[in-house]
Amino acid sequence: MQVPILKQGNYLIASVQSALSDDDLRLLRDDLSDRVGRFRSTGVIIDVTALDVIDSFATRTLQSVAQMLKLRGAYTVIVGIRPDVAFVMVQLGLTLADVGAALDLEEALEHLNRRSHKPNEYRTMRTGDPRGSARGGGAPSRPTLSGVNRRQDQDEKPRSGHASPRSLEHGR
Amino acid sequence: MKRIVRRKPQNRDGVHPKAPSDEAKDVLLPQFVEHLRQNRTELCEQWITHIAQAELLTGMSEEETLTEATSVYDNYVEALESGSVEVLQAYARKLCDRIIPRGGETHEVVEIVLLLRDTLARSLLRKYQNDFKVFNIVLDAYEPAANRIANAVAVSFVQQQEEAIRKLSTPVLQVRERLLILPIIGVLDTRRARQLTEQLLRGIRDRRAKVVVVDITGVPVIDSKVANHLVQTVEASRLMGASVIITGMSSEIAQTLVTLGVDLSKVNTVGDLQGGIEEAERLLGYEVLRDPPCAGMEGHTGEKYASTHS
Amino acid sequence: MADESRINISNAAEIVTARRQGRVLAVQLGFDGSELTVIATAISEIARNILEHAKDGEVIISRCNHRRKCGICVVARDSGPGIADIDQAMQYGYSTHKGLGIGLPGTKLLMDEFHIVSVVGQGTTVTMKKWRH
Repeated sequence: MQVPILKQGNYLIASVQSALSDDDLRLLRDDLSDRVGRFRSTGVIIDVTALDVIDSFATRTLQSVAQMLKLRGAYTVIVGIRPDVAFVMVQLGLTLADVGAALDLEEALEHLNRRSHKPNEYRTMRTGDPRGSARGGGAPSRPTLSGVNRRQDQDEKPRSGHASPRSLEHGR
Repeated sequence: MKRIVRRKPQNRDGVHPKAPSDEAKDVLLPQFVEHLRQNRTELCEQWITHIAQAELLTGMSEEETLTEATSVYDNYVEALESGSVEVLQAYARKLCDRIIPRGGETHEVVEIVLLLRDTLARSLLRKYQNDFKVFNIVLDAYEPAANRIANAVAVSFVQQQEEAIRKLSTPVLQVRERLLILPIIGVLDTRRARQLTEQLLRGIRDRRAKVVVVDITGVPVIDSKVANHLVQTVEASRLMGASVIITGMSSEIAQTLVTLGVDLSKVNTVGDLQGGIEEAERLLGYEVLRDPPCAGMEGHTGEKYASTHS
Repeated sequence: MADESRINISNAAEIVTARRQGRVLAVQLGFDGSELTVIATAISEIARNILEHAKDGEVIISRCNHRRKCGICVVARDSGPGIADIDQAMQYGYSTHKGLGIGLPGTKLLMDEFHIVSVVGQGTTVTMKKWRH
C-alpha cells in the first residue's frame, strides 16, 4: 500500500496507514526523497500512529529514510509512536538516533518550526532582535507583565539574513 | 481446551490401583455437575442464607447479592466442570473484580467461597447418601476441584489488591500544562518499575506531556536491572516526544550506578525536585521572573507564573 | 478457540499475518497492555529472521501450560542454511545481513524463554515462550 504524502508549507507529512512491507518502505523512501528535492522541504513528518508493532526492521528502515533525507536537506520527525510500542522498542534496544520524535502532528510542526527558526505564533521575540519589528507585526517583544515568558527562542542566536537553519542547532 | 491432568493416586499403598474409580469419576463428574445445575435456584438461596447468617457482604443489597451470587454460582459450576486452570483463574479474577469495588475483604471472599463449597457438598451428600461408595468417588472428584477454586480465588484476590495498591503508589501528577511529575516512593523491583513505565508512557500520551520529572528521593536502593529500566524509560519517553528529568538521586544510588557502570549519558539528572521543576520549565520555555519589588512587599510577592501563550 | 495456528512465512505480508494471529491468541490467553505488543514484536522479529536467512519457513503459535502457569508458545522453523555459530548470532549487534543485529538477541530479551537449535545445511528452529504473570 502506498503511503500518502501531503505537503504543508516547507514540510512534508507522510502518514503510514498499515504495516509496511519492504517494497512500501522503499517506495516511501524514494517518494520522500524526490519530493524533498522538488519542494525544497526542510522538514519531514512521518506519522506512525497506525503501527501497532515497530520491530528492528521497521526501525532500521525509518532510520535510514531519516538519514537519507538529512543528506537531502530535511530533518525527520517521527510522530505517534504508541506507549506500548515505545516501551518494546527500547527493550529491544532500538532507538531512533538523529530522528526527532513528537507526540502528534501539532507537536511535530512546532518541533520543526523551532529547529528551522521560522517565526510562528508560539515564538516570542527577543528584545533588541534587529528583525523583531519585521516579524512580530508590532507586537510587544516581551510582555511587560512580570511572570514567566514562553521563550522558545532561548537558544536563538542573533543572526543575519539567510543562515542555514540546520547550522544553528543540533539535536534536541 | 485440555483438562488439567488430575493427580493420579499412584498406588499409594500398593493395594488398589485406582483405574476403575477414575473411570467412575469421569462418569460421575458430569452427573453431579448436572445435579448442581438443576438445583441452581434452591442451592443459591441456601448459600445466600448462609452468607447472611455469617454476616458477610453486609454492604450489598439483597437484590444485588442474589444477582451476584447467581453469577458466581454459575461460574463456579463451570470451573468445577472444566477443571481447567484458565477457566478457574478467569473465574477468580471476575469474582475479585466484582467484590473488591464493593469493599469486600480477603477473609470475606474466602469464607463466601468456602460456604459455597460446603453448600454444594451437602447437596451432593443428600443426593448420594444411599450409596456410600459412589459418594466417596464423587467427593474424590469434587473436593480437590473445589479446594483448587478456593485457593485460586484467595491468591487472585491478594494479587488484585496488591495491584491496586501498587497503582496508587505511583501517581502521575500534572503540575502544569505539558509537565508531569512522577514521585516514586519505596523499593523499586522489576515488576513495579515496568508498571511505572507503562503508566508514565500512557500519561505522556493522555496528557500530552513534553517534560516529565521523575523524583526518586523516596527510593532507598536500585539494582542494575532497575537502573537499566530507568534508562529505558527515559528513551521510550523520548520516542514519544517527551524529555525526562530524574531528580533526588541519593548518594548511595549514585554510587551504585557508577559502580555498576550503568550508562546514564542520555539521562538528564538534577539534584532535587525543585531544581528539576525549574529545569523542566526552562525546557518548556517558561522563565521565572520575580515581580519588581514594591515597597514593603518584598518576600510576599514571591514568584508568580504566567504564560504569554496558553 | 483454535489452540494452534500455523503460518507459512514466504513474504513480508505473511509476517504481518503471523503477528496479528499471535496477538489474537495472546488476547484470548489473557495477556494485556504492553505484553501484547511484546509478543507481536517478538513474532515479527523471528518471522523476519526466517525471511532474511531462509527465504521461507513457518511460524507456529500455540498456548502452553506449565504447572499453574499459562502462556503463549511460538515456534519458528525453517529449512534454510542454518547458523554455524549460534553464540555469535546471539550476540547483540552482530549481523550477517545489513540489519542491526538486534533481531534474535533482542527477541530473547523480550520473551521469558528462548531456545534456538540450528544445524548447518538443515535449518533453524527457534522456540520461545512468554508466561502470563
